[in-house]
Amino acid sequence: MSDATATSNPVIATAPTKRFKVKGSVIVMTLYLLFLMLPIYWLLNMSLKTNTEVLNEFTLWPRNLTFDNYIKILTDPSWYSGYINSIIYVVMNTAISLTVALPAAYAFSRYHFMGDKHLFFWLLTNRMAPPAVFALPFFQLYSSVGLFDTHIAVALAHCLFNVPLAVWILEGFMRGVPKEIDETAYIDGYSFGRFFVKIFMPLIASGIGVAAFFCFMFSWVELLLTRTLTSVDAKPISAIMTRTQGAAGIDWGVLAAAGVLTIIPGALVIYFVRNYIAKGFALGRV
Amino acid sequence: MEKTVNQKAWFLILPVLLLVAFSAVIPLMTVVNYSVQDTFGNNQFFWAGLEWFEEMLRSERMWDALGRQLMFSAIILAIQVPLGVFIALNMPKSGFWSSFCLVMMSLPLLIPWNVVGTIWQIFGRVDIGLLGYTLDALGIPYNYTQNTFAAWVTIIVMDVWHWTSLVALLAFAGLKSIPDAYYQAAKIDQASRWAIFRYIELPKMMGVLMIAILLRFMDSFMIYTEPFVVTGGGPGNATTLLSIDLVKMALGQFDLGPAAAFSIMYYLVILLISYVFYTVMTNLDKKGG
Repeated sequence: MSDATATSNPVIATAPTKRFKVKGSVIVMTLYLLFLMLPIYWLLNMSLKTNTEVLNEFTLWPRNLTFDNYIKILTDPSWYSGYINSIIYVVMNTAISLTVALPAAYAFSRYHFMGDKHLFFWLLTNRMAPPAVFALPFFQLYSSVGLFDTHIAVALAHCLFNVPLAVWILEGFMRGVPKEIDETAYIDGYSFGRFFVKIFMPLIASGIGVAAFFCFMFSWVELLLTRTLTSVDAKPISAIMTRTQGAAGIDWGVLAAAGVLTIIPGALVIYFVRNYIAKGFALGRV
Repeated sequence: MEKTVNQKAWFLILPVLLLVAFSAVIPLMTVVNYSVQDTFGNNQFFWAGLEWFEEMLRSERMWDALGRQLMFSAIILAIQVPLGVFIALNMPKSGFWSSFCLVMMSLPLLIPWNVVGTIWQIFGRVDIGLLGYTLDALGIPYNYTQNTFAAWVTIIVMDVWHWTSLVALLAFAGLKSIPDAYYQAAKIDQASRWAIFRYIELPKMMGVLMIAILLRFMDSFMIYTEPFVVTGGGPGNATTLLSIDLVKMALGQFDLGPAAAFSIMYYLVILLISYVFYTVMTNLDKKGG
């Protein structure tokens, strides 16, 4: 009993409106977070072990702590180039998606025009398209225009689901900006372009940040299309990971280390958008 | 907000239209082309009409995959939605611990999907995985590469691990938007905890919850990478979901016609069900103001 009270104290301090049931909720949250963290911990644990230890002993934490697995990845170009490739196409995709989505979202949030509602739903349908359906046609399309195995091909392919997402998120944020601001700016003699960049974009800066984060994230986690569209030059890290299956069996330590390294970028940026994550996932509709 | 009618707004939409036309319409038309033609190689195509569609509709393989897919999505929704709401109700409302929970819960959402598969592939192994080893030590037979039931449990627990936080985050955002006055009124009425949930929290959460269900349905219906990494569709065909089957057919066996017909029907099923959700969602939006 004393244990439970001890752990629940900080929560009572931060949530004074909650009554007796605080203790129960702390237990629920602790169990849930434990469930979420255990598999990740296990990956981290394995990445810090030697292969002998992984295969021969069952240890809850590394007995012979080693960073060799990480050193191998960070010094071998065939490994770390995968990270560079991933980052290049993810950044390209984010830039393209935001550039085209910003004006479109503005139009949807401010004006009625012919077919606007249908168009809006049609955009969403692209978010519903199973990547498996598009894998083969994408391969043929990008091969025929000579873009196969380039970063831009992957970036364009990911626009399929990221552009609709960005439009939806941005539209949600733009709806919150009163229209009077636009009108005042036009009366003051601002042109549309100057108003949009100088006044409007700073107002929805957090929305742009959230949209960028989601484009980054969905481009980063996708594998099926990326793997189909690349062979050597633009191969992403997640596809390179399958290489660890060598003749001598799987190199578990390196595989785990590569996995841990793919989690880090997401973990870094997530802190900045923590309060907007729900709004982003709700496509700007919270 | 009052919107003005302005047909010139089309120009602002134009970049999106061109881009999406390139990355969605052209590939989709390729699929439609293949679905009505037959080929003997050498880029020679013959009109086949609806033959492939008829063949696919008769194929047991597709119906089996569809059945497994529907079962998977149904189980996923049945677990994740109530669990997500339950977690959201138990989350600290503000302060450091609230942010802490948000960040920790979002972590699985940001892991590349094949790494999610790898994590669970390792975690479930009897020789080197914590879960598999523990179950084995307790004397519970567990082997996801041989046993159908174990394979299903593994991919379902994996998906719960991966995506429940999304439902919880959305439900939490919905909960936070409820004004304090509602709770005070409930307190004066001496409403029970259940009554508060049933008549205040649930109706107010309905909008975001619909989005959560829509997203979870869509994404679970087109899931590919995670189960593929863990089980490869096996044992046998036990975990071959629609996407896995489709990729096998299109990229593995290069059966373009049947695969294209399959693709179109697959896409239409998702569109149809999503459209129903979407209509319900927008109707709720209107009711909520």
